[in-house]
Amino acid sequence: MAEVVLNEVVKTYGDIYAVNHVSLTVADGEFVALVGPSGCGKTTTLSLIAGLNEISGGEIHIGGRLVNDLDPKDRDIAMVFQNYALYPNKTVFKNLAFPLQMRKLAKAEIERKVLSAAKVLDITHLLERKPRELSGGQQQRVALGRALVRDPRVFLMDEPLSNLDAKLRVQMRTELKRFHQDLEATVVYVTHDQLEAVTMADKMAVMHGGFLQQYDSPKNVFDNPVNMFVASFVGSPAMSLVPLEAVSHGSDVALRSPEGWELPLSPQNARKALGATSNQVVLGARHSTVKLHSAQTPGAVPGVVYTVEPTGDITFVQVFLGTSVVIVSLDPSVTVHPDQKVWIEFDQDKIHLFDGATELALAAV
Amino acid sequence: MVKSWSELLVGRIVTTIGVAIALFWSLAPIYWIVVTSLKTSREIYAIPPTLLPARATLQNFNTALFNSKFPQFVMNSATVAVSVTLISAVIGALAAYPIARMQFKGRGVTARAIVMAYLLPPSLLFIPLFVVLQNLGLINTKTGLVLAYLTFTVPFCTWMLIGYFRTIPIELDEAAKVDGATRLQTLLKVVLPIAKPGLAVVALFAFTHAWNEFLYALVFVHSNDTKTFTAGLTGLIMGDTFIWGQLMASSVIAIAPILVIYIIAQRYIVEGLAAGSVKG
Repeated sequence: MAEVVLNEVVKTYGDIYAVNHVSLTVADGEFVALVGPSGCGKTTTLSLIAGLNEISGGEIHIGGRLVNDLDPKDRDIAMVFQNYALYPNKTVFKNLAFPLQMRKLAKAEIERKVLSAAKVLDITHLLERKPRELSGGQQQRVALGRALVRDPRVFLMDEPLSNLDAKLRVQMRTELKRFHQDLEATVVYVTHDQLEAVTMADKMAVMHGGFLQQYDSPKNVFDNPVNMFVASFVGSPAMSLVPLEAVSHGSDVALRSPEGWELPLSPQNARKALGATSNQVVLGARHSTVKLHSAQTPGAVPGVVYTVEPTGDITFVQVFLGTSVVIVSLDPSVTVHPDQKVWIEFDQDKIHLFDGATELALAAV
Repeated sequence: MVKSWSELLVGRIVTTIGVAIALFWSLAPIYWIVVTSLKTSREIYAIPPTLLPARATLQNFNTALFNSKFPQFVMNSATVAVSVTLISAVIGALAAYPIARMQFKGRGVTARAIVMAYLLPPSLLFIPLFVVLQNLGLINTKTGLVLAYLTFTVPFCTWMLIGYFRTIPIELDEAAKVDGATRLQTLLKVVLPIAKPGLAVVALFAFTHAWNEFLYALVFVHSNDTKTFTAGLTGLIMGDTFIWGQLMASSVIAIAPILVIYIIAQRYIVEGLAAGSVKG
């Protein structure tokens, strides 16, 4: 296994930057997820690491070796594709044997390695079948097997679960995580599903518009998003963001809405708000940190219920505060109905404040 | 809406009549060829003509097979057609792969030029081609004829295979690349086995074209050891005298190989048209 280092990596198509000066280090044995919406550059980054795409600038090192100009086969990586890319005309055995044949291994050696990989992934009984005779989950396993059989230094995975149905996806997620733990493999994993990243990865790299936004453990990304994009991308449902205006009353600071209500800030939050480049401040709050009251409460701000979405164990309520929507999670036993007037109470220790102009998180000075 | 019984019946009848007309239209000439080949000369010219031979005879086949040059012409046709098929399929695949898969300057122009080459009518080309072949010393050789046919079949095969290769997910090439295959290995071991139905279609097309071609065969070759059967058949027309029985028997013999090939290849072609290459 090996460490993967990206240093100021750039990929351009004409004038467009698909990957814009991305630097990150994947430690030996680490599971790193590249996440972001479509077109954010995550898949391009992966194919640059694989060597399927030519790098426009910067350096990529795998296991301490500069690989910029190496062919994929010389990088000692294995890749699992979104559509599995199994060779449809070959049996499972031959699919697994193909990378070994290309490396001109002896026949007996190939057979031994294929059988041992098949055993690990529990696909021994499928070896004589063709890919089209397999279920989605089985195809997925064969694709993993083809990567595993070569004993690569790094596994690259491009949305490997997105073609599976919801139930199988959850099951394969667990299996992949176990696979990583057992092999202590270095894995770079691309997904647009932030939940996959949060549940599986040691670290997640959130990308947007070709830029790396934040690279940290899922917990840190969730707890301390560096900007409004990361805040709204990670977490389900997303963090609610309410654009407000900071106003000072002597030494106290409050956030004022266009509708006229004011939310007084704690001293620590007040210092954050005063650090903004203008008086435009965006308040961010996760659904679980917000309380909903059906009667006026000191410190709570007024809103109107828009929709109520029961999910069984939690009910999500969308509340309009003026023109912004705040999502609140409630115990299903609490009843609220659409168009009901409610009061929202924010937890001063758990709210996030962002600079309205730069969209960056505000830190206490 | 559920259709009523009478609507269903009318639909059936209309469909049946339509199919019958189409079948009659396409099969009647073939029927006439077969029937005529089995008739005696006297009956061929009988008025009114008979739908079935009064006394079927294999005399015409006997003459065509054992007392004429026709078998040699068929062998010439086979040599030319098989050569054209193999060469077009190989060149077509090697030309189509880079156009379908690689990025290089002039790729779009090349692709369009190939279509243009295919669209040029052969009847426009035969005089310049004659000059070219004459200068190469290839007039009245099978090699020359093969070359002439390739000017038409190679662009077509390339164009068809570009389309077929594009339906094969590029991830398969990428997977092969990561697995350590070279471009040529990727083409031979991954892409071509999947493209078998596409190859079958282009091979069949090239074969049919070379087998049935008449104009070039008439112009570019003339001796008995080079002439193909289409040109050979014209030898049975002398001035305004048509040796109908032998002409038709020879035609039946010439249709047979292509019929057999179509029947064998049909499974592949249907497979090629119906099935995608891999499930997404």
